[in-house]
Amino acid sequence: MISRVLPVTVMTLLLLAAWYIGAAWLNWPQAAETLARAGKPTGFGPADFKDVLAQAYAMKRPILPTPGQVVAELWNSLTGYAPTSPRNLLFHTWVTAEAALTGLAMGLLLGILLAAGIVYTRTLEASLLPWVIASQTIPILAIAPMIVVILGNIGLTGLLPKAVICMYLCFFPITVGMVKGLRSADPLWLDLMRTYSASGMRAFWSLRLPASMPFLFASLKVSVAISVVGAIVGELPTGGQAGLGARLLSGSYYGQTVQIWAALIMASLLSVALIAVVRGLELVLLGRAGAR
Amino acid sequence: MTSPNPLDVRETTALRQGSAQSVPPVVVEARKLSLVYPTADKPVTALSEVDLTIARGDFVSLIGPSGCGKTTLLRVIADLERPTSGHIAIEGMTPEQARLKRLYGYVFQAPALYPWRTVERNVMLPLEIMGLSKADRQQRAREQLERVGLVGFERKFPWQLSGGMQQRVSIARALALQPDLLLMDEPFGALDEITRDHLNLHLTQLWRATGKTCVFVTHSIAEAVFLSTRIVVMSPRPGRILDVIDCNTLPRERTLDIRESPEFAAIAHRVREGLKEGHSYDD
Repeated sequence: MISRVLPVTVMTLLLLAAWYIGAAWLNWPQAAETLARAGKPTGFGPADFKDVLAQAYAMKRPILPTPGQVVAELWNSLTGYAPTSPRNLLFHTWVTAEAALTGLAMGLLLGILLAAGIVYTRTLEASLLPWVIASQTIPILAIAPMIVVILGNIGLTGLLPKAVICMYLCFFPITVGMVKGLRSADPLWLDLMRTYSASGMRAFWSLRLPASMPFLFASLKVSVAISVVGAIVGELPTGGQAGLGARLLSGSYYGQTVQIWAALIMASLLSVALIAVVRGLELVLLGRAGAR
Repeated sequence: MTSPNPLDVRETTALRQGSAQSVPPVVVEARKLSLVYPTADKPVTALSEVDLTIARGDFVSLIGPSGCGKTTLLRVIADLERPTSGHIAIEGMTPEQARLKRLYGYVFQAPALYPWRTVERNVMLPLEIMGLSKADRQQRAREQLERVGLVGFERKFPWQLSGGMQQRVSIARALALQPDLLLMDEPFGALDEITRDHLNLHLTQLWRATGKTCVFVTHSIAEAVFLSTRIVVMSPRPGRILDVIDCNTLPRERTLDIRESPEFAAIAHRVREGLKEGHSYDD
């Protein structure tokens, strides 16, 4: 346990130290200017240095806020308001998570269907796979507003356009992983199905699908993380009513860097939590059998 | 499995009575069977004009060096490969009809257990495909696991078992279908000699108790002589049958002691001579 905790702790402390040094360096000119305007000395004496540093770490709109400021902002937001209030980050996190998970579910379904089609139909492999790959070369930032506009025009707003953007990003790793997974069955395992004169459907459900599960979970871990990114990107063109993306957008409108950083931290915590859930599911479903 | 249980004896008697009345005595019949694989440079003849008759209740071993087509022949019987020419019948049917009727159980070189299924659920897999009820599946799986001496391991996963135990599970899985014909492709090839002796003894007792027809692929002379009622010696390039040896000088009931007998040595010698004859020293 110690051997795992120690390196992580050392690394965290180093990162925090670098962050504080970076914050001081980046905010210094602004902090010195503020003090100068207030008529205070900003020379190079030790006392002045301390004043400027304190100012650099306490600005309302710093170039780079300190970890302390971000944590304080998170704390105020999470404990100061009801979880249903738009001033609470949990509310926004939930809005984003809802879209990300809906999109993930849609992407999972689409990805598995495409993979099954590609594995079972040679023509689909030739005709579909290039399009699947091409779809991922389009920058999501360019296509996301288009999806929002088109779906909005046919009366679909709110959760669904965001979920569609997530699905667009998610299905790709799942298709690629499942194509490999559905083909991963050992030739002897397939021969065995043949000796039982099992139907193609039976071989799919009893052999190909379970054999593909390790591949599915590897893909899911990638998909979950990019699904959160997709949801945030999807919240930007909607004008930012709710969600972590909206917080990022309004933060950048008003130069609220502390708010932006707090939203960023929540977004990464959300991804980490979702990946942990996938990992947990993997352990429960495959743990004992997969430990060969 | 030191002594056959009453159930096994009943099954055997029923089968013998059956064979005396209506069931034809020939299980596998091959005439001028050939199989040629097209490859990039030149076609490979895996089987060339093979003639073979396997009678009900026989334990037939196919022996020969690698590339002699012994596995191919077994796979043709199982309808896992199609012959290019010649005729083959399983119980008077084509191999495909026999496969669709699930007339045989197949044991592969590797245990080929599904790693995500427990031992019990691996044995129940063919029964699920046959559409048996859950109670029937469990009962049959229990019977077969008892038969191979693996009671108490039902809930284990394959990786928790030794190689020999895994192969016993795969035998139980093949037996769960209750086939009259058991096809085995070097099932003990990857195991150490002590485990192999033990499983061979186990297998010959199982064969005697159930009266099944067995076709067994091996490259071990001792294993072939110990288990078989008939030994088919094969030779490579092209895969063909050199000799068919009757082991009727050995008792039907085999114990490990018979390996020291002069009859055993005589048969082993004849097999070795056959293999030598077919061996091409230029490769």
